[in-house]
Amino acid sequence: MTVQAETFAAPAADGATEATSGAALLRDAAIGAGRRLLPWLLPLALLIGWQAASSLGWLSSRVLPAPADVLRAASQLALSGELWTHVKVSAGRALLGLAIGGGLGLALGLLTGSVRACETLLDTTVQMVRNIPALALIPLVILWFGIDESAKVFLISVSVFFPIYLNTFHGIRNVDPQLIEMGRTYGLSRWGLYREVVLPGALSSILVGLRFSLGLMWVILIVAETISARSGIGYLTMNAREFLQTDVVLVGILLYALLGKLADLFARALERGWLRWHPGYQK
Amino acid sequence: MTTGTPHASRTGGVTVQAQQLDKRYGPREVLRRLQLTVAPGEFVAIVGRSGCGKSTLLRLVAGLEHASAGRLDIDGEPARGLRTGTRIMFQEARLLPWKRVLDNVMLGLPAQARPRAREVLAQVGLAEREHEWPARLSGGQRQRVALARALVHQPSLLLLDEPLGALDALTRIEMHRLIEGLWQRHGFTALLVTHDVQEAVALADRVILIEEGRIALDVPVDLPRPRSQGDAAFAALEKRILDRVLRQSARAA
Repeated sequence: MTVQAETFAAPAADGATEATSGAALLRDAAIGAGRRLLPWLLPLALLIGWQAASSLGWLSSRVLPAPADVLRAASQLALSGELWTHVKVSAGRALLGLAIGGGLGLALGLLTGSVRACETLLDTTVQMVRNIPALALIPLVILWFGIDESAKVFLISVSVFFPIYLNTFHGIRNVDPQLIEMGRTYGLSRWGLYREVVLPGALSSILVGLRFSLGLMWVILIVAETISARSGIGYLTMNAREFLQTDVVLVGILLYALLGKLADLFARALERGWLRWHPGYQK
Repeated sequence: MTTGTPHASRTGGVTVQAQQLDKRYGPREVLRRLQLTVAPGEFVAIVGRSGCGKSTLLRLVAGLEHASAGRLDIDGEPARGLRTGTRIMFQEARLLPWKRVLDNVMLGLPAQARPRAREVLAQVGLAEREHEWPARLSGGQRQRVALARALVHQPSLLLLDEPLGALDALTRIEMHRLIEGLWQRHGFTALLVTHDVQEAVALADRVILIEEGRIALDVPVDLPRPRSQGDAAFAALEKRILDRVLRQSARAA
């Protein structure tokens, strides 16, 4: 039906474009631009509505400060350098936790994925421990590490460990056995097989694990920093709350969102770079 | 493309000799006291219904499986595991999707082999696609890359495990020409497993039918190359072999 309708409509459309080709071009450009701008219409309207509600006094600044105030608070914090110090501290914690937990997850996943004996020995234990929510450990972690830096890094490490471990393990197990057989018949050594076939084959799964971990990493960081901190974005917002500086609280929330987005963009860039061969990641 | 002309880059083939070869998977006997001799440089096609043991025989010769009993000699030496001079083309191309075409051909080879890999890629007609990802190639092109990957090692024995089974009829005829030409040029021994009798007659010096783990028919193909499928002698031979395969099927059913 649709095909038929299209074929009948085509000649008519052709005639029309011939007659007013300049206008049609202009109209097409306008439609293209409109389509690109359309998704931003609602957020923009909300922002304007929010600003208007604050300016007209319908919205108390105790509840939600005006966007302009948030922007002002952000620029003040940025100019004083306070913002960067806190962002640096928070990002440092997150990345250190990711490096430790993710590194261990990757190493252990590679080990249990590749060596049957290691799987038998370790996997059941890891699967059991996986069921403990990282946040349930908080009382214990405070007893162990106090409310120090190490407590936060530990919590992040524990939570990012599992997604990376699981996805690495499954990635390695799901490498096409036919490709491994092919590699063997082409005389690849054990290490050659690992480097040329197994690791690249597991990579897309490992990167999925990394993306999961990055999401978890920020959530755990926020919780850990909200509980107790002497620096970092969490400290900034909790401190601001004490003094009812809702605009600064909002700056903190937006900073977390921004860092989360940045981490996701980074993971996607890795996927685009390393999985260029994959039809699913080609533009 | 004249038959049997010696060529500068000929690597020469090896003999394959199976004596009383047995292969069992548990209680199931796949090959029973199989006898087969393939001369150096000979092109032998193995046909048979699915499950007759033809692929198992190929996997034994490849060194991917071990015989339960009997003797298997390649180049006069007992076959023991994988052999560097043996290369296999599988039913699927089995290209590494994360390597570009040329790097797939160079799998397991040092960087110095690059010019040779390019040359072989040109021989299968894909020189200009060397930087492409395998996902971008058609099924026939992928099998041509797999053929180049096998040939770059200058094998003395090429095993073909239904490599054209998934291709369309036209691409298949093209691939027959290509494989025949490269076989004549390089001079390796070739063992082709196929369910397509026409393909077997088009390519092989000898067609072997395996039934119930044994060789039931061994027919030389004395037709001049390149062979044309429209030829009367070709058609007669194809019919003869096909009738024999079907007779067995009818009896089994």
